[in-house]
Amino acid sequence: MVANVLSIKDLHVSVGEKEILKGVTITVRSGEIHALMGPNGTGKSTLAHTVVGSLRYKVKSGELLINDINLKDLQVYERARAGLFVAFQEPVSVQGLRFINYLRTAYSSLHPDEKMEYKKFIEEVKELLNYFGLDNSFIDRGLNEGLSGGEKKRMEALQMLILKPKFIILDEIDSGLDIDALRVVSKAIAKAKENGAGIIIITHYQRILDYIKPDFVHVLINGRIAESGNGDLAKLIEERGYEYYRGGEIDAKVE
Amino acid sequence: MQKWNEIEVEEAKKLNEIKYDFVTNVKPAYQVQKGLSRSVVEEMSKEKKEPDWMRNIRLKALEIFLSKPVPTWGPDLSELNFDDLTYYIKPEDRKANNWDEVPKEIKDTFDKLGVPEMEKKYLAGSVAQLQSEGVYSRLKKQWEDKGVVFMDMDSALQRYPDIVREHFGRVVPPSDNKFAALNTAVWSGGSFLYIPSGVQLDLPVQAYFRMNGALEGQFERTLIIAEPGASVHYIEGCTAPTYSQYSLHAAIVEVYVKKAAKVRYTSVQNWSDNIINGPTKRSWIEERGRMEWVQGSLGSKITMTYPSSILRGEYASTSNLNVALAVGPVWKDNGAKVIHAAPNTSSKVVAKSISGKGGMSVYRGQLRISPGAYNSKASVQCDALILDDISKSNTYPHNEILEESASFSHEASVGKISEDQVDYLMSRGIREEDARSLIVLGFLDDVLKEIPLEYSIEFNKLVKLEMSKYGAVG
Repeated sequence: MVANVLSIKDLHVSVGEKEILKGVTITVRSGEIHALMGPNGTGKSTLAHTVVGSLRYKVKSGELLINDINLKDLQVYERARAGLFVAFQEPVSVQGLRFINYLRTAYSSLHPDEKMEYKKFIEEVKELLNYFGLDNSFIDRGLNEGLSGGEKKRMEALQMLILKPKFIILDEIDSGLDIDALRVVSKAIAKAKENGAGIIIITHYQRILDYIKPDFVHVLINGRIAESGNGDLAKLIEERGYEYYRGGEIDAKVE
Repeated sequence: MQKWNEIEVEEAKKLNEIKYDFVTNVKPAYQVQKGLSRSVVEEMSKEKKEPDWMRNIRLKALEIFLSKPVPTWGPDLSELNFDDLTYYIKPEDRKANNWDEVPKEIKDTFDKLGVPEMEKKYLAGSVAQLQSEGVYSRLKKQWEDKGVVFMDMDSALQRYPDIVREHFGRVVPPSDNKFAALNTAVWSGGSFLYIPSGVQLDLPVQAYFRMNGALEGQFERTLIIAEPGASVHYIEGCTAPTYSQYSLHAAIVEVYVKKAAKVRYTSVQNWSDNIINGPTKRSWIEERGRMEWVQGSLGSKITMTYPSSILRGEYASTSNLNVALAVGPVWKDNGAKVIHAAPNTSSKVVAKSISGKGGMSVYRGQLRISPGAYNSKASVQCDALILDDISKSNTYPHNEILEESASFSHEASVGKISEDQVDYLMSRGIREEDARSLIVLGFLDDVLKEIPLEYSIEFNKLVKLEMSKYGAVG
């Protein structure tokens, strides 16, 4: 397995005048799963949007690297081509843009050197749809058009597998999922890990971590990592509640 | 390294430059002097060896044309000077029904446009017109044997004068509008399609209209007659080379859909951006008949086209799907006209437009449900996508619902490409301009999927080409 590294170093990010992230450091290596936990409004989604390159999020200082590639210099699509995949909390829909056409365009943009066999590609997509409990009609549907929240999340997870990214950030992929969907999405995350991806699971709740055990857990409070630890930290957080961190801010412990 | 979508844009550029934008070097076999007069009309009619009744129709139409003002309610037509145009240019004396008999320069032209190839692959018949005259027509023997007739209109007038006389100018009278009067006065070429009772063509027929010069007029005349129970898919393709001066295209299409017959009329126009295009297209639909208009409008400087359906018999139905691209200094004035004149008739209009780089797209529609057209149903949907701040879109629906038991719905939307959508697609590795063209093509999809594959692939490429001109905005 090629060892890749996603380094987020002392990242400060503002939206408008307001500083949201106040020095976040997380290092993710191939095959690792990190859980980024924290209460609402603490900057978890900001991290996802910043890494993906949304213009609204301004990096004031700090570093953002995949191996030695500086993501800050890259446009959104170039970051994806560098190996980044972010599954959004609320994926947008595009009327009339057939899923398969979109996916094929994305795949060949991300893997320009691979000769893609269209038929084989479709077969692979169908297999995955089946895996996620979705029928073949999803292939020709408009991108996320008319899909339920849970279906959208499953489609995001499907893309995470087929597009073969090096690093994956899942922004609250567990919200709005029933138990069955949660189970299959968790299995998919484990699969992505086996394939060598480094993964950050952003979540409010510990629930998904019953299905997929993270290697590292970070607690984000008010734009700072309040605590980092191994997989067992998640349980501890559940017992303590986020209130525990509100008393006094704990210095960021970098793994 | 070139990505496949960049390669596609390259291909589309070539497609436009090599495939469409070239001039055929032919010395016309015959042409009239420029300008329009009684003597020009008489000369044309004589050259064509027409019967007196047709010459009289032409001369009467000329008077109507001269008495009507140039329409001012739509795009600016002030550039149009009817004295500048040449109304009849005959490229070649012979009309062939075998491509080997077509003169080389002309055959090369249609080869480049892919016409013989399309014919071989998926057409039951094909008519090709250069400038004012059909130069080629062919219908597969199996259909000829069943009594189907497909040929250029001038030949049809010679061979089937009675059928032509019975139907000519009945659905679109010369008094309909100025361009219709002009066409009736100086019409030349076009196609004639006759399908006998109960005959259903399982492959489409196609007519291809090619213009060649500047300040040239093309006024083809198409007549389609589907006898009871017949069905056909007719495809029309149109292109021209680019000039700095304008040319005028003003066709008339008359379609008769008799009892329980079905006609689909697909039109894909990719005129060069110096063409002023003002065709009048109309169909007459009898009991349980069905008329489907599908229109993709890519090119031209000005287009004014409002395919019409008159639902004359009970349970007659029609649909009108229209996609227009108004990118650049162009005005697309598209629409539909539907008249429900019998009970239980139904109609559906879907119009989609894209405006960009200062382009103007207009939906102009008329829908009438006459008193006594009990239980008729109609729906109109027009959606506009505007790509930047300098482009425009307008909607002028005119609905007259005069029957109480009828149901009618009208939906309209105007929007821009959402930046969230662009961001999402980019986050999956897709470049900004490709993301934008995917969104545009998605917007057009429910109409584009009705266009035959060969054309919709080109349409896709040309939309991508237009979007690539935008480059990355963000």
